[in-house]
Amino acid sequence: MAALLEMRAIAKYYGPVRANDGIDLDVRAGEIVGLLGENGSGKSTLMKVLFGIVPPDSGGIVFRGRELSGHRPREAMGAGIAMIHQHFMLIDAMTVLENVMLGWAEAGKVLRRGLIAQRVHEVSRRLGLDLDPHARVADLPLGRRQRIEILKAVLRNAELLILDEPTSNLAPGEVHDLLTILSRLRSEGRGIVFITHKLPEVLDVCDSVVVLRAGKASPKASVVGVSKSQLAEMMVGRDVAAPHILKKIDNQPLRLEARALTGAGLGPLDLELRGGEILGIAGVDGNGQFELAETLSGLRPAVSGSLRLDGRDIVRMSSARRTRVGLAYMPADRSATALVKSMSIAENLMLRDSRRRPYCRNGLLDQGATVEKANSLMAQFDIRARSADTKAGSLSGGNQQKIVIARELDRAPAVLVAHQPTWGLDPGATRFVLERIVALRDGGAAIVYISSELEEILAISDRIAVLSAGRFAGLVKREAVEKAQLGLWMSGRTA
Amino acid sequence: MIDFLAAAIRIATPLIFAALGGILSERAGVFAVGLEGMMLLGAWAAVIGTWGTGSEMAGIAAAAAGGAIAALAIAIVTVRYRADNMVTGLTVNILALGLTTYLMRILSGSNGPVSVHLDPLPMMPVPGLSQIPVVGTLLFSHPPLTYLAVIGCVLLAFVLTRTQAGLLLCATGENPEAVFAAGADPMRIRMLAVIACGGVAGLGGAVISLQQVGTFTDGMTGGRGYLALASLIVGRWNPWGAAAACLVFGAAEAFELRLQSYGIPVSSYIVQMAPYLIALGVLALLGRTGKLPAAIGKPL
Repeated sequence: MAALLEMRAIAKYYGPVRANDGIDLDVRAGEIVGLLGENGSGKSTLMKVLFGIVPPDSGGIVFRGRELSGHRPREAMGAGIAMIHQHFMLIDAMTVLENVMLGWAEAGKVLRRGLIAQRVHEVSRRLGLDLDPHARVADLPLGRRQRIEILKAVLRNAELLILDEPTSNLAPGEVHDLLTILSRLRSEGRGIVFITHKLPEVLDVCDSVVVLRAGKASPKASVVGVSKSQLAEMMVGRDVAAPHILKKIDNQPLRLEARALTGAGLGPLDLELRGGEILGIAGVDGNGQFELAETLSGLRPAVSGSLRLDGRDIVRMSSARRTRVGLAYMPADRSATALVKSMSIAENLMLRDSRRRPYCRNGLLDQGATVEKANSLMAQFDIRARSADTKAGSLSGGNQQKIVIARELDRAPAVLVAHQPTWGLDPGATRFVLERIVALRDGGAAIVYISSELEEILAISDRIAVLSAGRFAGLVKREAVEKAQLGLWMSGRTA
Repeated sequence: MIDFLAAAIRIATPLIFAALGGILSERAGVFAVGLEGMMLLGAWAAVIGTWGTGSEMAGIAAAAAGGAIAALAIAIVTVRYRADNMVTGLTVNILALGLTTYLMRILSGSNGPVSVHLDPLPMMPVPGLSQIPVVGTLLFSHPPLTYLAVIGCVLLAFVLTRTQAGLLLCATGENPEAVFAAGADPMRIRMLAVIACGGVAGLGGAVISLQQVGTFTDGMTGGRGYLALASLIVGRWNPWGAAAACLVFGAAEAFELRLQSYGIPVSSYIVQMAPYLIALGVLALLGRTGKLPAAIGKPL
């Protein structure tokens, strides 16, 4: 098939950092190319160069036989390239139709609502997008919002679609639908660049794959005959083993027990968790995960019910007191709830323990001990930064999460509540986080692991519960899991 | 009663202009705190323009230009240099008060304030329509700028909901990043929206000085810019809603004038507070129910 896009020897330097160091990328019409790479490997930079958001330092782009250089997003779009960002570029307060018309010359200076609505219907039906032009974006689930972006691209006659981590916010069912839509686009002869670090999806939908590492690209390889572990190895440059096989731990004391725990949008929930056990909580985002995490950690009050930690009722305790009796919490929102980005690593590490030794002596903070402790934790948890004084906000997501882990695990908690702890992390960092959590379990702690990544839940949980509309739709031991059953629970249909 | 309502419409006219301008600015994502200053500069320019050229049309054009200049300052400082909307708006309001007062003094040399007296713009009854009982008096027997305010409402409502320009404007106030991704320049859109706001608010100033009074006095807008700001919030950033709110405030002021002429023994200062008290009450009642443009006040 005809070459759609040829990028040759693209180089882009940010100071001493070689974000792109001579990268080639080819996409043919009717081809889905998976672009793999850890965070910081240069994927985003390469796509920004292509879309004209940043100019390359050297290298050339030919798109549909025409040179593309010195362009801005407007020209890239005009040439037939569409970029679907990880964070959707939509106006939540407006309707699907208005979002489609925004900035689109064909919608007319005086808007031709009826005509465009008609075309939205047509394309939506053809590709199976199932979008109502008059629905407000704010009322739509994330999967639908993403389809608006696809719809916009198709209506603007995009021949090449770039999807940046398109599945990171989607529920499993939505991912499946997206992959179906992508294959329909492929059969229409459009080219697609699929940026991801989720390997199964690459194998499912891509025709070929390019792996970026430290600003350099591997030669394009067909996905036929490639295995997941080979891809993972190509990405991180080292062998990534399969997750732990959990060993059975019996006769452990009951560590966390909830009875009819009820809060706004949550419960009533019953929950029993023994030491040495990971309870994975799966479910589509927005079904009470956030409420559960915050109710367990004490950030939002329970309306009724009891919550016992090692036999003590903690349901009325503040989060500080819960911390003292042995509860640790890793919130999903690293930048707002877990860390203070403008403070240093050392300060963030003592954030929840600043009233205790070694950080505090006789009511005063002990600077020396704080830095010493920070250095030892940074070594222990492999937090990579120039010094303990480095601002947390300047670190990568993986290193930020390591600060949170170091802080929460150093206390040797009895119970850990972890909410989406691997969100936005690359495979290396994900692995690190999971290993630490499993190690904590092996040490006898009980862990509530809330995540929308089913793969992870299946990998590390002893038991799996599915949260749907704030309640447990089902609870199953890992040995007895059937994915189809989980899917049914997630979709809110109790079998 | 009819006379009273017609008076309310006339009194509301400057508020309507300013509120329409404010909607342009706020829907594009810049708080319209500077309306007061834009109106004041507009009011001054209208009088000076008319006095200098002898043409009321030129005065009205000068008013729009004067308001736009005040707005240009705000646009550059807040949009280009990302300064805080509130502080910048208030600063321009104070600056406009000082500047117009000073310029009036200069024009008269050192001998105290010059007095420029013009005939207020005359009533312009619409031939035929003004003869209709009730409706004629209410809607078709007004001075020219009042008609223009109504046309402005129609026009703005059309632009905001029916045109690409309006869509881009509102999108810029909601999510400028998406506007950029759509291939437009949100910074340019914001600048233009704020400057247009100044032009329209300047016309509001012209209504006060040229149509209602016939001269310029120091600080003659007397807080109407802020009242317009309240109106557009009460009116949910919608031209007709804002105009309705302006009419309520206009009615309160008309009522106050009536009271004074009846010689009710209440201090006129207390009565003059009425529109502002109403504004406070309505704002408190509405609370946060209406939704502000999502990206308002956030620099690009």
